Amino acid sequence: MNGYIYYPGCSLKESARPYEQSILPVFREVGLPLNELDDWNCCGATAYFSVDDTMAAAICGRNLSLAEKTGKDIIAPCAGCFLTLKKSNKFLTGGQPKAAKILNDLKNAGCEYRGTVDVKHPLEVLIREVGPSALRARVRRPLAGLNVACYYGCQLVRPFTDFDDPDYPTTLDALMGIAGATAVDFTAKTRCCGGSLTGTIEEVGLRLNYILLKEAKRKGADCIATLCPLCQFNLEITQSKIIRRYHEDLEMPILYFSQLLGLALGIPKSDLGLSRSIIPLKSLWTKLGNGGAK
Amino acid sequence: MKIQRKVKYEEELDPDFSSEIKRASGCDEIDKCIQCGTCSSSCPMSVYMDYPPRKIIAMVKSGFKDEALRSFTIWLCPSCYTCQVRCPAKIKITDVMYALKRKAIGKKVYPSRFAIPILDREMSRLIAKYGRNSEMWLILNLYLKSRNPLGLLKMAPLGLKLMKTGRMSLKRESIKNKKQLKSLLSAIKEGSL
Repeated sequence: MNGYIYYPGCSLKESARPYEQSILPVFREVGLPLNELDDWNCCGATAYFSVDDTMAAAICGRNLSLAEKTGKDIIAPCAGCFLTLKKSNKFLTGGQPKAAKILNDLKNAGCEYRGTVDVKHPLEVLIREVGPSALRARVRRPLAGLNVACYYGCQLVRPFTDFDDPDYPTTLDALMGIAGATAVDFTAKTRCCGGSLTGTIEEVGLRLNYILLKEAKRKGADCIATLCPLCQFNLEITQSKIIRRYHEDLEMPILYFSQLLGLALGIPKSDLGLSRSIIPLKSLWTKLGNGGAK
Repeated sequence: MKIQRKVKYEEELDPDFSSEIKRASGCDEIDKCIQCGTCSSSCPMSVYMDYPPRKIIAMVKSGFKDEALRSFTIWLCPSCYTCQVRCPAKIKITDVMYALKRKAIGKKVYPSRFAIPILDREMSRLIAKYGRNSEMWLILNLYLKSRNPLGLLKMAPLGLKLMKTGRMSLKRESIKNKKQLKSLLSAIKEGSL
């Protein structure tokens, strides 16, 4: 396949709008402008696989088929979408009788899928395809002095480990280094944020996110860079409650890696969705020494 | 205090449960479990579980169907796949958890009013109907169905912040070709009967 088509998923259109608003200009800047996949449907996330795995694979099949018609591979910034589409793709092209039946149903519904689409995460494309040297050449405003805790979460690196290490991945650390920041040794980088449990069992969500924030703070991080809408959301919305419960100053901006990279590439602040942050970003601007700069 | 037998006799176990779960999860390695406990020690949620993952695998292996399907464990699994990538016997533990969730929903033995299975079902329902999930509607449905109006009320300040930053709306998301999705899903449903 030649080039990429952008699959936003539900979050990037709502709670994770800053992710969409920063990933699109970043990809334009590096010479890979992204178009949105027309009429995409939700990936089903962990929910559909908990209810009906055949249906779950079928709805992903529809997306893969839509992408195949454009002749492009899918780029999915949400780690949940990335894994769900990748997992379904492997299943649908795996040759099992159950998969053959789904492919046949897809064909009858006008969504024939021949299995030629690959599913990628933007981080993978930036590091592997655009490449460190091309990225470095485009950095206009290095994030000098900024200490970043690079948080990968779970579903980008597990269970499919062909892209980075499942326990101690380093691609995002490398990318933040290229952006001029210092990646701290964040040992909790693949520890779970609780996913949707944060919304369903508060006690669990607060504890898991407390562990992450505390470790980032202990390592001297000024902010956490995320690559998954749910990780970002959980770390951001639980903060005020965590501070109240554990009586520790753990306030810290939680940004998408694309927002930080965008800043380094010289994209104007106002074009990166930064005003949508719930946590104040003042500490970040002070650290970067450009409080008033656009 | 009521005296109850704490140990099950073999004839009370379901000898077919293991193969049922192997089929549903696509994981044939369940019998290879050596009970090392790598899964339980890797699991970020095991401290909250009634049976940690190691025990669940042992229960599936031995046919403790009822206990496995009614456990809170399966609903506490956040699908982080840490156990799965570390398992020395290559058991797809997360996929086994998914299979157990589906069986529990199918048999309607999941803990009622427990928010997680309700969330899973509501999200699937929204997607099957509209092709897309709308976060705000999902949350509203979740609190209504789990009969937790107080929880919804507590969410209000956060909801306001999200609306103010343009990260939440009441708009109902939908795909254009709902007809196609509907015919696809009904064809899939027919075949699985």
